[in-house]
Amino acid sequence: MPADVNLTEPETVDDSVNVTPSVEPVTPATRPTEVVFDVADLSVYYGTFRAVRDVTVQINRHEITAFIGPSGCGKTTVLRCFNRMNDLIDIARVEGKVTYHGVDLYDREVNPVEVRRRIGMVFQKPNPFPKSIYENVAYGPKVAGVKGNMDDIVERALRGAGLWDEVKSRLKASGMGLSGGQQQRLCIARAIATDPEVLLMDEPCSALDPIATARIEDLMQEIKDQYTIVIVTHNMQQAARVSDRTAFFTTEVNPESDTRTGLLIEVDTTDTIFSNPSDERTENYVTGRFG
Amino acid sequence: MALTTPAAVGPRAAERSVADQLTRGGADWAGIVFQWLLIASLGFSVLVLATLIIDVVGTAAPVFSDRFVDFMTGTLRTRASEAGLYQGLVGSFWICAFVVILAFPLGIGAAIYLEEYAADTRATRFVNVNIRNLAGVPSIVYGILGFTIFTKALRSLTSAGTANGRTVVSAGLTLAILVLPIVIITASEAIRAVPSSLREAGYGVGATRWEVIRSHVLPYAAPGIITGLILSIARALGEAAPLILVGATTGRLASDPSLLDLEQLRERFTALPIIVTEWTKNPQEGFDEIAAAAIVVMLVIVIILNTVAILLRNRYERKRS
Repeated sequence: MPADVNLTEPETVDDSVNVTPSVEPVTPATRPTEVVFDVADLSVYYGTFRAVRDVTVQINRHEITAFIGPSGCGKTTVLRCFNRMNDLIDIARVEGKVTYHGVDLYDREVNPVEVRRRIGMVFQKPNPFPKSIYENVAYGPKVAGVKGNMDDIVERALRGAGLWDEVKSRLKASGMGLSGGQQQRLCIARAIATDPEVLLMDEPCSALDPIATARIEDLMQEIKDQYTIVIVTHNMQQAARVSDRTAFFTTEVNPESDTRTGLLIEVDTTDTIFSNPSDERTENYVTGRFG
Repeated sequence: MALTTPAAVGPRAAERSVADQLTRGGADWAGIVFQWLLIASLGFSVLVLATLIIDVVGTAAPVFSDRFVDFMTGTLRTRASEAGLYQGLVGSFWICAFVVILAFPLGIGAAIYLEEYAADTRATRFVNVNIRNLAGVPSIVYGILGFTIFTKALRSLTSAGTANGRTVVSAGLTLAILVLPIVIITASEAIRAVPSSLREAGYGVGATRWEVIRSHVLPYAAPGIITGLILSIARALGEAAPLILVGATTGRLASDPSLLDLEQLRERFTALPIIVTEWTKNPQEGFDEIAAAAIVVMLVIVIILNTVAILLRNRYERKRS
């Protein structure tokens, strides 16, 4: 286990961990690729139903990885394995390996609460807490026991999410009073307030209009040097615009039960996936022939 | 039917044809009849309620105008003109106290466990179904339970000879058990109505299960939980049958303790619904009026409780937005 990763210790904030991911001013050109998530032969079951199978993918640090594919292909299910969010579903079960910096995320010793502090999530529908803008952002650091000036933490997170100028005069106002796009940026601020290494984004723009979507996409470009981002999207253009690497999922009908199981077809640089994919199914999908 | 605009006819004819098609098919009689039936059923309910209230308030009016303070502070007497509600108010207060202290925390706790912690197994579903069944058990059955368990168990703690376990403690415990399923069900439903996106948001920033429940689930569910709590108090306040079985007294009480005197917990007791029952049964002159007056007092208390419930609910609901 690398020294700077410590998921098993509950309720403590280890400064070295919170700081290390974001220092090291290495320029993108010279930076060696470092694998954050290494997923091998992952299958997820809901009860006896296999929702997705055979997912083998690596997520590189400071890259934006997009998961694309038709509905029901398991993109979101796989994404939610990266921060143990599937634990919340009683009947969900995971087979295969998800390792984060070499640590098996599904090891019995691993504390899912610590995992989620390090691997933040932004959901499909903006879901701010029905509390003030300030409390929304401060909540994560507060439960993590972060010491330090909370006002500064809140301001930094809101600036990071490009929302500060719009809300600085009304931090005490309810987060529910913001527009949809602002709410989603508030959720991004909330996610980055705990200073995570990874941001998981589950179709973050599907409930937003094109202008709000463009703002979120710009924001992703701005923050990708500090975070590793995995985004699930229905929108192929979005994947093409924002991501460095793209993983294509599709579904297969199980002949005996008439159910559909998702599977990963291929993962490559976004350019390759969209211009020269190695699998015919990928090509059919990205050229709009199905899905 | 789709509108047809035959191209063959001239523009004027086409316009007339569209007008014909758009204006045909007269009034929706079935819909109108249905609406009036609905209004009639609402009107009937309101009428019955209004008749009852007018009748009771009319009968009770002389008691309130002649001797309001005396009536509220007087004790159980054999003569209607001297009798008062005070001991019933005290008894009902203590019953409510037991409900608040026992049924509220136990009920809310059980609901949180069932909704947030318990896995969806056959055992949990069995428990859930049975709680629902318990809420439908007739209150007299709870009276039998209270009589066989609480009065007997508490016999040694109560004043020997007179009370024999028939105290307000037994009554309070019995009614706390009676409303417990109602508290669990309403609290469960309020907790279940919390959107899962809110829980995910909490877990997503690294909150523990307890933190998510405390900071997000319970505040969001509070309006529903509080409504259920107040309704269950109102229910406990109005129950007479179980109290008869656990031995509420209908005659005179030996002592006349103050509201918070703990010594009365070992003595015999009475409560508002018992007094109403007793006075209504009494054929002597004047009891009709004081029975009506007691009913009005109970109604006012229930209305006040409901108002508090609504105010609290509105307050917490505002916090959600």
